Amino acid sequence: MARMTMIKAINSALDVLMEKDETVCSFGEDAGYFGGVFGCTEGLQEKYGLNRVFDAPINESAIIAMAIGMASNGLRPVAEIQFADYIFPGFDQIISELSRIRYRTAGAFTMPVTIRTPCGGGIYGGQTHSMSPEAFFTHIPGIRVVMPSNPHDAKGMLIASVECDDPVIFFEPKRLYNGPFDGDPHKPALAWSSHEKGEVPKGHYTVDINKAEIVRGGSELTILAYGTMVHVAKESARLAGVDAEVIDLRTLIPYDMQTIAKSVNKTGRCVVLHEAPRTSGFGAELIAQIQEDCFYALEAPIIRVTGWDTPYPHAHEWAYFPGQERVMRAIKQVLEN
Amino acid sequence: MSEKKSKSKNTSSKSARAKSVNPEQILSFYREMLLIRRFEEKSGQLYGQGLIAGFCHLYIGQEAVVVGMQSAIGEGDQVITGYRDHGHMLALGMEARGVMAELTGREGGYSKGKGGSMHMFSTEKNFYGGHGIVGAQVALGTGLAFANAYRKNDRVCLAYFGDGASNQGQVYESFNMAKLWNLPVVYVIENNQYAMGTSIARSSSETQLHRRGASFGIPGFEVDGMDVLAVHAAGIKAVKHARAGKGPIILEMKTYRYRGHSMSDPAKYRSREEVDAVRKQSDPIQMLKAKIMDEKIAGEAELKAIDKEIRAQVSDAADFAVDSPEPDPSELLSDVLV
Repeated sequence: MARMTMIKAINSALDVLMEKDETVCSFGEDAGYFGGVFGCTEGLQEKYGLNRVFDAPINESAIIAMAIGMASNGLRPVAEIQFADYIFPGFDQIISELSRIRYRTAGAFTMPVTIRTPCGGGIYGGQTHSMSPEAFFTHIPGIRVVMPSNPHDAKGMLIASVECDDPVIFFEPKRLYNGPFDGDPHKPALAWSSHEKGEVPKGHYTVDINKAEIVRGGSELTILAYGTMVHVAKESARLAGVDAEVIDLRTLIPYDMQTIAKSVNKTGRCVVLHEAPRTSGFGAELIAQIQEDCFYALEAPIIRVTGWDTPYPHAHEWAYFPGQERVMRAIKQVLEN
Repeated sequence: MSEKKSKSKNTSSKSARAKSVNPEQILSFYREMLLIRRFEEKSGQLYGQGLIAGFCHLYIGQEAVVVGMQSAIGEGDQVITGYRDHGHMLALGMEARGVMAELTGREGGYSKGKGGSMHMFSTEKNFYGGHGIVGAQVALGTGLAFANAYRKNDRVCLAYFGDGASNQGQVYESFNMAKLWNLPVVYVIENNQYAMGTSIARSSSETQLHRRGASFGIPGFEVDGMDVLAVHAAGIKAVKHARAGKGPIILEMKTYRYRGHSMSDPAKYRSREEVDAVRKQSDPIQMLKAKIMDEKIAGEAELKAIDKEIRAQVSDAADFAVDSPEPDPSELLSDVLV
């Protein structure tokens, strides 16, 4: 065990995977020699060689398509899309090919492709380096969508994703790369070394990519979150002084409705958080399913706290980001209703 | 295919070709092309009877391309193509029954009816589809070739696409990567001159598609895609080039489809005279038949016997495709995630 950043944890996962299975290879823009724009693949090319860890041209469409071809032909590729905002040139390949090949071959082919991509704001990236586009991918049958919220889960979930025979879109909340972020940009940044989830086991382990995790037990309300918003949820609940149960979804598709329903049936109140815009965001899906499964247990309307229905701004980033104040207001509202 | 030549006319040499082809091969080319022709005619009939629904793109007219190319690859080499894929599968030796039953959407189809005309695969025959998105397969084929290089398995991938797909951006992303890493891939452009209803002249600034790899350093050659022996000869050289580690190569097959883009296309964008002229002057099957007769490789009786045999095979496939049950309703929900 060692405390490490999410970057190091991801790097360690790739290292473990490549050491164990020579069909695993890793590539992307600047992901070889340079070691990745955030350093996630640093040192891997030196260790595993140019054939297994390499730089791709700036062609997201062909990067994803190449991974599909490679996976069709015996490899287990990990493709990096440098920012989630850049994934759209490859969106056709994800929708029309990656997600459907298993179905259209009636199960004769599997598609063990993992696409790693940093998402989310909080680093002043503006509208093309801050997006949380996860909802688009949850609307595509045939792929898994996951987003870890800490180094421990990042490593275990990445290993589980690459070893899974399904395609996985692996979102990495970049604001969490170097430390937990509780939504207050004015406090000094925390490091993962001071957080228990910064503790990352050595070697191979997996975190189940079908299970959510209750990261804070409580009885008054349920807060659903994933990625960066998990930390915002916990801190907001603490500041509000309420006995909230906070669930880290970890996996968006397939989402762990059992854990969610159990909690909401217990608390009767629910707030759903995400950084992505509100309309048709993943929160809409969660709330629709909760009302189907937990209608008679609900004591109040479910509330969403999300980014605004605008592009991610450069200025006013913290007015866009669904921070502690907005989350606390929603908590109060859902408890008063 | 010397460097010098690629700078000049880039036409496959006719004198060099015939040597490597023996009479048995010529007869087998004839048989395979005829199988595709008859299979497609039958598909058209079943479509007309309402037994095949949706989209159905017939390969009639282009038979020489896949038959010639197929004869140039070896066991374990991969094939991937777009939506006009029935001929590729038959040339690869996939069962006519399974292909036809996929067209009718039945359990006995290669994808249990879940894929349809444009989406069939065979792990056994190394056929990687059957892709309905124009040009998407070019990058996938490049990935297949990448895995060949990675695994050092000495295999080559044939990535087929049409003149329409040749304007897609990801084709050029693929060309760049394929040459950058010298991947064993042969890009076979089936230039049938019409991207659905738009002629190549109306859609392409450079209509000599074999030149499209020039800026990446990929050699390209124009081939008479109506002449199976010319295709075979060009295919042998191209596959050899790719297998030798020299990287990708482009073959532009000048070909022609007789039918509309799909069954619902009345083909009003070209004249009947144009189609008739091609059929009369350069039909791949008739041309090979004439050669067979001229060179006394087989007589009329023998060719008739082949035709009869193929008609029986196609008729059997159609019966199978019509009699095969619909897939179980549970198939609707299976094979999404593992």
